[in-house]
Amino acid sequence: MSHVTSAVRTPLVTGGKTYADVTEDISRQVEGSPTREWTIAFTISVVVLLYGTACVFWTWWEGLGVWGLNKTVGWAWDITNFVWWVGIGHAGTLISAILLLFRQKWRTAVNRAAEAMTIFAVICAATFILMHMGRPWLAYWALPLPNTFGSLWVNFKSPLVWDVFAISTYFTVSLVFWYMGLLPDLATIRDRARSKVSRYIYGAFSLGWNGSAKTWARYEYMSLILAGLSTPLVLSVHTIVSFDFATSVIPGWHTTIFPPYFVAGAIFSGFAMVQNLVLIIRVVFKLEDYITLEHIESMNKVITLTGSIVGVAYLTEFFIAWYSGVEFESYAFINRATGPYWWAYWAMMTCNVITPQLFWSRAIRRSIVWTFTLSVVVNIGMWFERFVIIVTSLHRDYLPSSWAMFHPTLFDISDYIFSFGLFFTLFLLFSKFLPVVNMAEVKTVIKSSSERLPVSVSGVAKGERVANPTFNKDVE
Amino acid sequence: MSDVIGNGKFLVGIYDDDDVVLTAVKDVKKAGVRIHEVYSPFPIHGLDVALGHPRSRLGIAAFLFALSGTTTALLLTAYTEGFDWPMIVGGKDSYSPVIYVPIIFELTVLFCALGMVATFLVSNGLGPTVKPLMYDLRTTDNKFAMAIDLSKNNIGEGDIEQILRKSGAAEVNIKQF
Repeated sequence: MSHVTSAVRTPLVTGGKTYADVTEDISRQVEGSPTREWTIAFTISVVVLLYGTACVFWTWWEGLGVWGLNKTVGWAWDITNFVWWVGIGHAGTLISAILLLFRQKWRTAVNRAAEAMTIFAVICAATFILMHMGRPWLAYWALPLPNTFGSLWVNFKSPLVWDVFAISTYFTVSLVFWYMGLLPDLATIRDRARSKVSRYIYGAFSLGWNGSAKTWARYEYMSLILAGLSTPLVLSVHTIVSFDFATSVIPGWHTTIFPPYFVAGAIFSGFAMVQNLVLIIRVVFKLEDYITLEHIESMNKVITLTGSIVGVAYLTEFFIAWYSGVEFESYAFINRATGPYWWAYWAMMTCNVITPQLFWSRAIRRSIVWTFTLSVVVNIGMWFERFVIIVTSLHRDYLPSSWAMFHPTLFDISDYIFSFGLFFTLFLLFSKFLPVVNMAEVKTVIKSSSERLPVSVSGVAKGERVANPTFNKDVE
Repeated sequence: MSDVIGNGKFLVGIYDDDDVVLTAVKDVKKAGVRIHEVYSPFPIHGLDVALGHPRSRLGIAAFLFALSGTTTALLLTAYTEGFDWPMIVGGKDSYSPVIYVPIIFELTVLFCALGMVATFLVSNGLGPTVKPLMYDLRTTDNKFAMAIDLSKNNIGEGDIEQILRKSGAAEVNIKQF
């Protein structure tokens, strides 16, 4: 028997839940009518999405001149938003894959929502690449297809083409991983469905899952291999995104620290977004027994670690800029901290390096209000990080005659707002129609991680945590 | 694809607990009963071994698909940049596999993941139009079902029912497909 409970481990599922309770609690929001909170949130998201969509179409109709770009600052909010959204996606894969390989049981309650977040965040990131192209109807030019003028191909040596491969692979693999994870739960919803329509829809999407031992064994094997694939994938994606900058010769970009620094930053911002989402979900869907303070604290520990790595990276950049003896590098970094964009730099330092250190306090780490607030702060900080890297490096190039400033226009701002409308609309649809917590996986940890196990096989008093517990019919 | 071909009569033992069903599999097999399959709402470690299911060969499929991804990436870059339209960009050789590591890696992962998932679906007979054979609808919720194909056992129905009950089954039902 594999169910061993350590007395020093805090339970991951509270409220003495049985397997049936897990199904009941998590299926409730899928099977019931939309709640008032959900309806209000969804309406706001759709309104924002519609407004944003109009602005995006106007951007495409008029051309990228509606943005505040100029000859010097050719990349600004578009790529900032792209890198920021891709980064946010990383926590989902990290929770699904890396924590699965590390056998971290606390991932089970938050992995589904985090994976969904990954998918939607990557969609948002992709929209900025399409917008940034200016002529999105020619986006297929980025694919390795011979064009009609001859045998000219995409430049496989370009980090931008690497990005196409990396992001599309990341999106596809994440989507497959997420969908495969949904199969057992979709079958649960299918078998509980009362209406013919939902039985048909969930039946089609559950692909005929019946939970046989053979299927489960293969499924677990497949999940492990997918996790093994996704782990280097998640590291590669942001590494390749960082190559967009690092392979150039722009001071402030041309640095070897970018790959690990970008990956750490991505996980940092991704976990902050997961915190924001699950803190809302657990209250709105009444899932406090499944997404507990233990989960929140564990994620805050990851935020503290990755935030500290990011802080070290900021200091390393400064050190190397000085140590390299290259005056352009030194200038780029001094300019970041004291130049015209000093406010963005110090916003980044404050939000990413200073405030997350508050999580060293256990009370703050376990406080819902502090966690939510600091997670928002981290996300703001990480957006500023990308802004600082991109805009402050570009606005002062090698030729003082071309020095310029970037000022966002209404369309820069509106196109960013569009992505929030898109993200939250997709996330709210997911949270209504699919189980936000992985029921099957939570059931696997309930015996070893439940707060109050219903009954024991060894005569230990009811309520005590025991090594080999069992659930009986007569359990309350 | 279903796990039952033709008409069959099954005795289905319903268990309330995963540990009990795991022990029951060993007891029922010891009593000489051939088990068709066990159904559960979540994976039970060791159950496939107890049932005598062979180890999955998905890993081999995954490796072969990964290899096909690597080969595709190498051939694509070799043909396009090395033969069809050689270009020297940024002083890099027109063809050098080192430059294409990101492409090779991504295609390897992509082919491996998609190929393995497709293999998993095909080998388990899963697909959008598949109607699952459910021995008990509660097995996707909180119950565990052990299905015994009566046509593949020489022991009488009543005796098998006794064995199932003795092994801890809370209910024993008859299911006809």
